[in-house]
Amino acid sequence: MKSVQGIAIYVLWLRELKRLLRAKSRLMGTLLMPLFFLAFLGMGFQRTAIPGVPPGMAYSVFLTPGILGMSILFSSTFAGLSVIWDREFGFLKEIMVAPVNRISIVLGRIAGGITTSLFQALAILAISLILGFRPRQWIMLLPGFLFMVLISVTFIGLGLAFASRMRDMQGFNLVMNFVIFPIFFLSGALFPLNSFPAWVRFISRFDPLTYGVDGLRAALLGKSDLPLLLDLGILSACALLSVLIGSWLFENSEYV
Amino acid sequence: MKTAIRVENLVKRYQKTVAVDGISFAIPEGELFGLLGPNGAGKTTTINILATLLHPTSGLAEVAGISVDGDRDALRRQIGVVFQEPALDVKLTGRENLQFHAMMYGLGKAERRQRIGQVLELVDLQDKADLLAEKYSGGMKRRLEIARGLIQHPKVLFLDEPTLGLDAQTRRHIWDYIRKLNRERGVTIILTTHYMDEADYLCDRVAIIDQGRIVAMDAPACLKDMLGGDMVHLEVEVGEGPLMDVLKTKNWVKAMQFHDGRLSLTMERGDRQIPELMNLAQQTGARIRSVNLRQPSLEDVFLHFTGRTIREEETVHDAQFHFVHGNRRG
Repeated sequence: MKSVQGIAIYVLWLRELKRLLRAKSRLMGTLLMPLFFLAFLGMGFQRTAIPGVPPGMAYSVFLTPGILGMSILFSSTFAGLSVIWDREFGFLKEIMVAPVNRISIVLGRIAGGITTSLFQALAILAISLILGFRPRQWIMLLPGFLFMVLISVTFIGLGLAFASRMRDMQGFNLVMNFVIFPIFFLSGALFPLNSFPAWVRFISRFDPLTYGVDGLRAALLGKSDLPLLLDLGILSACALLSVLIGSWLFENSEYV
Repeated sequence: MKTAIRVENLVKRYQKTVAVDGISFAIPEGELFGLLGPNGAGKTTTINILATLLHPTSGLAEVAGISVDGDRDALRRQIGVVFQEPALDVKLTGRENLQFHAMMYGLGKAERRQRIGQVLELVDLQDKADLLAEKYSGGMKRRLEIARGLIQHPKVLFLDEPTLGLDAQTRRHIWDYIRKLNRERGVTIILTTHYMDEADYLCDRVAIIDQGRIVAMDAPACLKDMLGGDMVHLEVEVGEGPLMDVLKTKNWVKAMQFHDGRLSLTMERGDRQIPELMNLAQQTGARIRSVNLRQPSLEDVFLHFTGRTIREEETVHDAQFHFVHGNRRG
């Protein structure tokens, strides 16, 4: 009954890809913000000793995995939330009356979201490599890539869950300001968490991005708060949970 | 004859309002059936329930023998839907929209190419197929959507206000496509409209729906016959009083109303009675400026069953509608 329909997933993915490649301004816009963060924070704090940054590591190096996490957080949540746009422009109905089971629709959207999201993250990684960033070992880019996928899945699921509960576009800003920005700042993407007060560190343990960014640092820099495998385990669980909740809410929302 | 759509005591209730209030109808295969009523009457809600986009609150709804609460994907394979509001991805070309659709319905590559070619030809969009849909005019978008609804060869086609907001010429074209589909391919079609002429011209049978209830259902001609004959309107310059007194005694005058200098009479075979009317006017000294004989329209039928014209309802509803939308976008 609940078999996955490959051709439907493929065409949903293809649609996202075509839209991405046609929306040049959107692409530039989403690339610019992380690059500004990387460039200006990196330069601004170049000569400052930031407490908690491993000794001997430049702040800009410490920052790079955080900015990758940030870029994926924003683009993936956006991909999940884009259901609202489809609803607003009527296209969601075209998707929902097709004889495609809902799980395939969710998987298609996740596949499309991961693609657009990682496309941007890899562009940022490429630019940071040009600017002199070097992973500890090149082979460790592979687990790094895995972490990026998992972060993406987690936040597409979250975006989908919110989109399923929203009637209009106004909710979009609320989610951005009250959910996504706190997730970003609490994750330790910009500053080491061990320099924060204990209660902030406590809250940050409930932030999936914390494990995503820490895992990226473990993979790319070899320096992290938690062991790589522990980060991987927790983040995988978050991704699974978020997709389950997101698809359940999506399936049980009304589409018109 | 097999039944394409069966609806019994269907109810859709929202927190505060009842959109559909216990309607029942059955559509045999091959029929072109219309739901006629003002905006907000519950037409679109009914379509959305039948197309598996909304769950009914209670009651039964079946398409091709499959309940909307049953195997929804099997039901979806039997239908094509053209929604009231555009449902295109305008960042894709016309052809890409059709390809997306064909793939969602699981058609293979060769079949896809062949059917997309066919439907593009049917709606006359071959030349524009590779333009982005955002460059299309309203009429072209509509035609593309109708073409899209046909790719999977549906047994039942739902058309929600198929010609809303289109110019007269495009409407004619679309009516012709709809007719052709129904007559030549035997597609069962259920359409909603608030245009009287559209329902009258296209539909085998019409259900008049008002405030979530069906108030009358029959072939357009039969609905009009229910009113009991022709409408004769006399524009009277002076002396309507004595004339009306005489007409009251005639049993062939079924109904009479004087409003704003116009005497409206309902009678059978109005064409035969006009000479007699002229005689009576001369005898009573009434001066008639003009005579107008017409068949009752569905508009008269709607007025008869609901006590309002469809336009009066629209004005009230539109005011609410714009208020809600203004809030949303603002």
